[in-house]
Amino acid sequence: MREGYEVIYQKPKTLTDNRMHYCPGCIHGIMHKIFMEVIEEMDLQDKTVGVCPVGCSVFAYDYMDVDMQEAAHGRAAAVATAVKRMLPDRIVFSYQGDGDLAAIGTGETIHACNRGENFLFIFINNGIYGMTGGQMAPTTLSEQKTTTSPFGRDKKSTGSPLKMTEMVSQLEGVAFAARVSGNTPANVRKAKRTFRKAIEIQQLGLGTQFVEVVSNCPSGWKCSPVESMNWIVEQSIPYYPLGVFKEPGK
Amino acid sequence: MPAKGYVEILVDTCKGCGLCVANCPTQCLALKQDDTNVYGYHYSYMADPEKCIACMNCAVMCPDSVITVYKKKS
Amino acid sequence: MGEIRFMKGNEALAEAAIRAGMQGYFGYPITPQSEVIEYLAAEQPNHDYTLLQAESEVASINMLYGGAAAGARVMTTTSSPGYSLMQEGVSYIACAELPCVVANIARGGPGLGTIQPGQGDYFQAVKGGGHGDYRQIVLAPNSVQEMVDHTVLAFELADKYRTPVLILSDGAIGQMMEKVELPEPIPYKPVKPWATTGKTKDRERNYITSLYIQSADMEKKNIHLQKKFKEIEENEVRFEEYMTDDAELIITAYGVTSRTSKKIVDLAREAGIKMGLLRPVTVWPFPSGRISELAESGRVKAFFSIEMSAGQMVEDVRLAVNGRKPTFFYGRTGGVIPTPEEVLAFVSKRVAEL
Repeated sequence: MREGYEVIYQKPKTLTDNRMHYCPGCIHGIMHKIFMEVIEEMDLQDKTVGVCPVGCSVFAYDYMDVDMQEAAHGRAAAVATAVKRMLPDRIVFSYQGDGDLAAIGTGETIHACNRGENFLFIFINNGIYGMTGGQMAPTTLSEQKTTTSPFGRDKKSTGSPLKMTEMVSQLEGVAFAARVSGNTPANVRKAKRTFRKAIEIQQLGLGTQFVEVVSNCPSGWKCSPVESMNWIVEQSIPYYPLGVFKEPGK
Repeated sequence: MPAKGYVEILVDTCKGCGLCVANCPTQCLALKQDDTNVYGYHYSYMADPEKCIACMNCAVMCPDSVITVYKKKS
Repeated sequence: MGEIRFMKGNEALAEAAIRAGMQGYFGYPITPQSEVIEYLAAEQPNHDYTLLQAESEVASINMLYGGAAAGARVMTTTSSPGYSLMQEGVSYIACAELPCVVANIARGGPGLGTIQPGQGDYFQAVKGGGHGDYRQIVLAPNSVQEMVDHTVLAFELADKYRTPVLILSDGAIGQMMEKVELPEPIPYKPVKPWATTGKTKDRERNYITSLYIQSADMEKKNIHLQKKFKEIEENEVRFEEYMTDDAELIITAYGVTSRTSKKIVDLAREAGIKMGLLRPVTVWPFPSGRISELAESGRVKAFFSIEMSAGQMVEDVRLAVNGRKPTFFYGRTGGVIPTPEEVLAFVSKRVAEL
């Protein structure tokens, strides 16, 4: 450290020292970091239990320094339901991708939201199945090319991209539903404030918190990390608008 | 005139994604074209350190938390 | 003498779970076992366990995973089609070494099947309906009293070995009413340093997983699991014998058919046939050792496996007998309970041919 300077930003202590396996520029790393910053700042490390998915972030438990459970594909909502029911005074979150939450896990997701289970869904939506090599997801945009929609996603046979935040915000059990992104510093900072608000709502026991993160996949989208952030601006956000869709008292 | 801020970058943890470079408002960061780290990435470094304003954009964007930001004490 | 009640099998199982210190029940209605969740729902105001009717059996088994990994004593119950839905969950639970109790009040199958009792889930229960190399302890009650005793035992064994335990019952035992003696409530204070309760400053983070992506790690895990299963095989075999001391013919049967089989032995003895019954109480670990002993003895001439299936446990009997004596199978499917007379007729015919 140089004389006359002080640290104003560093890696949170709630992240482990393990090297992240995510592709260069992947928003997973950014979201892990800012969520763990929230946990650190709110002094909740010893009270937090997370549930991680099957997908690129299957190893989230190697990076977040909190107690975690690896769930079967799609089942994080059911697993987190039981964790919160058995340990109601802990902060519980699930961390899932678009296959995990919006394909195989949709049933568990809807029902946990409908029951108003008091945990936070972190839904990382990059419109593609990254871990398995770039196949189409329920949230893949119309006409988007993936390995299972090589000529572009055809609405007629595969339907339209699912808007999960809009869907769950209609359920009475959901207290907080918001969509954020990690494509710019401003959006990352906003996402962090959104996570913090969600945790505060959990502490008040007001109902399910659901935060969708419009995310990227440079590998699957076949572009550079910087280009993928522009893709989010040009393609993703017009279809998946950012904002708070539901909050307590409104 | 010493810069308002400076950053330390963990060279071997950096994946050369370029997000810090692209989001630095004063363009003081760049990817080292003539060198790579142990994993083969062109890592980020302060190409123009005098321009750093300690805005923290780089560290906020970094997916691998390789950047520590320092600011001049007031 | 504990409290005596006249109860239905399913309800006795539920009451026993409460007394065993069950902290969470996550289940889905399915015939013939919906009485379990209904009983627990009615009793809930008197206790402080968590009860949640899940949206499916898939959700139920995954809730079990979450609750068990959080350190709680948890249970679900279901019947055959629902148990099929749970297979993935059981495989995960077995690999993650989580203590869970599941009961399958089996019915006829395959497919949607019938709501009548069945024993066609033996393979699924004992050979592993889920993927991968795992075993689970499988208890096979044949009375309402055993529904009580096995539930208490299941929780104990699950915690002792950090393993899923299955109570393999059937629609007959689940629905019948008998007198039971209920145990005193067990004061359950879990100490589970491995559970995900929140990383306090004095320890590293706990994480529960079944993912071992490096082959060397996966093999290590499997070797560890196999060692555990060996330990269970050496210590937890349970079976009951009826009139086997001088028996020349041995019937093997479990669950509801073992009750019929007792009657078959009595009828046979009246007719001068020296028959005996070996009833596995644990179908895993299987009483192979005892069957092998009987097969070795000069006096035993043949084995008969009587099941309400197309022949599943008979394969384990044959393995244990290892070719030393003929092993026959008699069974009915579809929920039809074989009568003592028809079984005796079958046995007599086979014996005449020996």
